[in-house]
Amino acid sequence: MSGRMNWRGIAAIYRFELHRFGRTFWTSLMTPVITTSLYFIVFGSAIGSRMTEIDGIPYAAFIVPGLIMLSMFQESIFNASFGIYMPKWTGTIYELLSAPLSSLETVIAYVGAAASKSMMIGLVIFATAHLFVDVSVAHPLAMLGFMALIAISFCMFGFILGVWAQNFEQLQVVPLLVIMPMTFLGGAFYSVSMLPEPWRTITLFNPVIYLISGFRWTFFGKGDVAIGYSLAFVAVLLIVCMAAIGWVFKTGYRLKK
Amino acid sequence: MTNIISISGLGKAYASGHVALHSVDLDIREGEIFALLGPNGAGKTTLISIICGIVSPTSGQVLVNGRDIIREYRHTRTDIGLVPQELYTDAFEPVISTVRFTRGLFGKPRDDAYIEKLLRDLSLWDKRDAKILELSGGMKRRVMIAKALSHEPRVLFLDEPTAGVDVELRKDMWAMVRDLRDTGVTIILTTHYIEEAEEMADRVGVINNGRLMLVDEKEALMRKLGTKTLTLHLDQPLGAIPDALSRWDLTLGGGGSDLNYRFDAKTDESGVPTLIAALGQAGIGYHDISTRESSLEDIFVGLVHSQDGGQEAKA
Ligand SMILES: Nc1ncnc2c1ncn2[C@@H]1O[C@H](COP(=O)(O)OP(=O)(O)O)[C@@H](O)[C@H]1O
Ligand SMILES: [Mg+2]
Repeated sequence: MSGRMNWRGIAAIYRFELHRFGRTFWTSLMTPVITTSLYFIVFGSAIGSRMTEIDGIPYAAFIVPGLIMLSMFQESIFNASFGIYMPKWTGTIYELLSAPLSSLETVIAYVGAAASKSMMIGLVIFATAHLFVDVSVAHPLAMLGFMALIAISFCMFGFILGVWAQNFEQLQVVPLLVIMPMTFLGGAFYSVSMLPEPWRTITLFNPVIYLISGFRWTFFGKGDVAIGYSLAFVAVLLIVCMAAIGWVFKTGYRLKK
Repeated sequence: MTNIISISGLGKAYASGHVALHSVDLDIREGEIFALLGPNGAGKTTLISIICGIVSPTSGQVLVNGRDIIREYRHTRTDIGLVPQELYTDAFEPVISTVRFTRGLFGKPRDDAYIEKLLRDLSLWDKRDAKILELSGGMKRRVMIAKALSHEPRVLFLDEPTAGVDVELRKDMWAMVRDLRDTGVTIILTTHYIEEAEEMADRVGVINNGRLMLVDEKEALMRKLGTKTLTLHLDQPLGAIPDALSRWDLTLGGGGSDLNYRFDAKTDESGVPTLIAALGQAGIGYHDISTRESSLEDIFVGLVHSQDGGQEAKA
């Protein structure tokens, strides 16, 4: 690598991506707001009337961190994969490849833009939740930091998916078939301690459990697993994604011929 | 004259195993218009794509302004603008934003005055706020050119700039390329239209099947390989060339009513006077004569055929 960082190049992509989100601003924000509201109506009210508390936390409040995570997982993967898939699909990728831009800069720009959008959506859902339930946050800074780390790791994962995918179907199948079930089975709507064996042990193999538990800890000061495990897991996730991206660029895999 | 681009031993085998380039050596001089001429599939786009960083080479080296395109890509890519063969655009972006975007991507600070001049020169200023999808094909190509020039490159690659473009626009494009060259930009264009290379280029490289077959000044190329064709429009069509005329390299055209004689325009011994005399003796009458200088096309067809025939063409 030669020369200084191309910050102007990063800024150009970042602005372009946010502008692309801006074109669908209302639908992008309304979708999570409406889904979250539906979850509250169905889970919070219907189930919550039978199941009042989990671990001493009112059920409606208990599901807030899980709901935010669920949307952020999906939005991060979707937006980041789309961001890099689109230039491949339209052919405008030629411009990225011919620009004096390092792979690191490309990733910073695309992942940064998609992660920014995920953060916004996460915060909008948090605000929406407040309309339905009184939920306070024990560690606000940790909560924001956790959201940022999650957004960045899942956006990196999405970026890899977008580089790998060769059609729109492949782009959609991973979030739908992998992330969605893992999130539902990852304690978004219940506490792992409520499950009978052997499901309880099996659940501990689901990586998502550590993420949701950690995020829940920032709200209520407790989770399904110790916060240390969650943090370690987020770190591993970040490193794995970074290594995968490094490999993708080193080999030019599916971007360069 | 200094070489702005220096290519040595450049080879490319695609993942499919197809060898698109076989050890190409080529120097491009600063400030020239160079035409890379070759039929479809010759390897023109592959060659350009490697220099621009879109395709990885399998072997060899490329220097742009003395710097290696892989180790010092930041410098070399900053020096280069590319207009690809296909019209790849962000359909929903307004013209001016997409041009500004490219400038930013190449690390240049925003410069509204330059962008305005660029868009005016390309007759795009009135359309600056239009979304790209609203533009005609010719206008889209201009947008691609504006993007390629947005960061003030020293070298501009035009990959088949006039493919599928109507005659009028093609003339415009040629004029624009000349104007650009006058500002000091080196231009490398690929084409499979001989006419274009002949019209535009200072030097021409002929490429076929991934091999650069010859590189020369266009004028020299024409002189060196130029032949003339003399056509006699006969009074009576002939069914075959009479034996009496077998010494000359003759062919029949126009259903037997045109007699064509191909001869070397460089030599003094053209054979034309003796042919005319022989025609008189054979009693073959004609009412008109025309001659035509061979174009690059003739040269090109000759080269490609000799290669296909398994022979190496020597320039
Ligand atoms: N991505 C690719 N994978 C495999 N073969 C390719 C690829 N791109 C081009 N080729 C082949 O390489 C040869 C040269 O292609 P190209 O450089 O596009 O030629 P040109 O621009 O002169 O028409 C062609 O035979 C083409 O089919
Ligand atoms: Mg081509």
